[in-house]
Amino acid sequence: MTDTRTPLVEMRNISISFGGIHAVDNASVDLYPGEVVALLGHNGAGKSTLIKILSGAYKRDSGDILINGEPADINNPRDAKKYGIETIYQTLAVADNVDAAANLYLGRELRTPWGTLDDVAMEAKTREVMGRLNPNFQRFKEPVKALSGGQRQSVAIARAILFNARILIMDEPTAALGPQETAQVGELIKQLKKEGIGIFLISHDIHDVFDLADRVSVMKNGQVVGHARTEDVTKDEVLGMIILGKVPEKAIPGPGAMQTT
Amino acid sequence: MADITTTAANRARSASENPVKRFFRATEIDTRLLGMVGALLIIWIGFNILSGGLFLTPRNLWNLSVQTASVAVMATGMVLVIVTRNIDLSVGSILGFVGMIMGVLQAEILPQVLGFNHPATWILALLAGLLLGAAIGALHGAIIAFLNVPSFIVTLGGLLVWRGATWFVTSGRTVAPMDATFRLMGGGTEGSIGATASWIVGALACIAIVATIINSRKQRQRFGFPQRPMWAEYFLTAVGCALVLGAIAVVNSYPWPVAIARKYADANGIAWPDGGLFIPHGIAIPVLIAIIVGIVMTFIATRLRFGRYVFALGGNPEAAELAGIKTRWVTVKIFALMGMLCAIAAAISTARLNAATNAQGELDELYTIAAAVIGGTSLAGGMGTIAGAMLGALVMQSLQSGMVLVGIDTPFQRIVVGMVLVVAVWLDTVYRARAK
Repeated sequence: MTDTRTPLVEMRNISISFGGIHAVDNASVDLYPGEVVALLGHNGAGKSTLIKILSGAYKRDSGDILINGEPADINNPRDAKKYGIETIYQTLAVADNVDAAANLYLGRELRTPWGTLDDVAMEAKTREVMGRLNPNFQRFKEPVKALSGGQRQSVAIARAILFNARILIMDEPTAALGPQETAQVGELIKQLKKEGIGIFLISHDIHDVFDLADRVSVMKNGQVVGHARTEDVTKDEVLGMIILGKVPEKAIPGPGAMQTT
Repeated sequence: MADITTTAANRARSASENPVKRFFRATEIDTRLLGMVGALLIIWIGFNILSGGLFLTPRNLWNLSVQTASVAVMATGMVLVIVTRNIDLSVGSILGFVGMIMGVLQAEILPQVLGFNHPATWILALLAGLLLGAAIGALHGAIIAFLNVPSFIVTLGGLLVWRGATWFVTSGRTVAPMDATFRLMGGGTEGSIGATASWIVGALACIAIVATIINSRKQRQRFGFPQRPMWAEYFLTAVGCALVLGAIAVVNSYPWPVAIARKYADANGIAWPDGGLFIPHGIAIPVLIAIIVGIVMTFIATRLRFGRYVFALGGNPEAAELAGIKTRWVTVKIFALMGMLCAIAAAISTARLNAATNAQGELDELYTIAAAVIGGTSLAGGMGTIAGAMLGALVMQSLQSGMVLVGIDTPFQRIVVGMVLVVAVWLDTVYRARAK
């Protein structure tokens, strides 16, 4: 790598196991400001688990997380948020029964000087953010349950960017969306990238993310197969990494690479 | 730009609606709650006809309000418990145990320390009860949240444990009488605030209604949100104030019984007039307590962060956890709050009975859960209102009192209440399916 800047995130030699199964085994990934890194692999390859360690949902067994070159202590989702790490989960993780504003501010509600919820201010800010993401969105008073998949996705994304995230994790961001909404999310990612936000895209489908990503990191059986710049490799080569663990010439092999020699 | 399209869209939408729909949209009235009020009115009018005009009398309505108070207080907490997909089967037993402890404190322990009829007796007993209730609830909550035992099991255990503990405290003996001041919390002739104070409470309530509506209008104006039309604001204010003042008028037209009024007249040197002395009861203190609890709980559920977390937790526990909410502590707090409300209900019912007994609060857990569920709290979690649950408690109590007035035998009373619960929840399911 020619990049000499400090990475925004560096996860070094991360391992975690559940009941004897090594879900993630000695995995290392990194992410630079304004960069989109796609984390690829089959279902069960350990990519979601790895990223849940970064977002604080799981505690790692061993390994280090560095944010801006400094060791970070992430034990729960609140800690992760303190470091500017925001996550959009595959399951969308929204509370269905409350409205968009309540979801956007969940866990970080605005309050009036008397300590009560400042619903009006939260709704005003929500209207502003949602207006930027999805100008057609009007259903501010309805519970999120009543919204379409794309609208729910925009609520989840709005929540992530509302608090000036520096690191954004998107787990299968377009899995639940139609083509038009997928394009919208793509636009959004480009826009966030321009603002210097580092983005991890997690997907098992290479076509979803290849054009958006600057780099790919491929995982297989809990181990990192290798890293590559998307301009250096073809989709087929990346598919080879995902399926066989075969690392192309221009990629950097990881501990999970197929041993050919 | 966005605002213009919104209003245009709204106008287009409202033009195509019929007047009834437009009315509900403009006033933002919860149609579900309105349905419950309708059901309540049908029950009231039905029993009034069947009992030959005995039901809708100031006396019966006043008694009804007092009888509802205890379960209504607990139902407000049960809403939060059920909203988070939990259940509390132990509320009746907690009520019994806390009531017994408060009874023993004021009837046997405190008089020895402070002397008989000491003015601080009632407040010390009540505070001890509140702390005990909160501690028991917190214990249940901690077992549920930190040891991951299902709430059904923990509180089923609590149902047996605390009932047994109630029995154990006095070896089954009934404790009586209660402290004179403590007794006021149970209602009765002395435990009512009288006509003047009731009108003052009514006036304050009307001022609060007007202030709330003006404030919400101002807030919406500040951020340029769509407003309710003016006529809708006036309508809501008028209906709210009319309901409040109507209720006050009813409780103020229920006079003290002749014997008590006569004793009072003699004691105060008032000449006994020919037609008897008309001293109105006014609002009963337990009812006042229940209303205050309802307001406070509504405030907690809708205006505080804790309430927001409760609902988010009920809607999607995983999302709440991932959003960084300390979900376990929220659960502990909910059950502690529930325990405290049980203590308030225990104070009301022991004061009303003027005794603490073993059987106090038996089956109350079922009435409390039924009230919350009839009041629209979904057992699937995430949905429910405090006002609905209190209204649900009133519906349950109306059915029971009505059946007593009409002279239906006890076994049939239970059969009817049981069937009503099932039918009410079925109707609600149908309503919700249609609303989607």
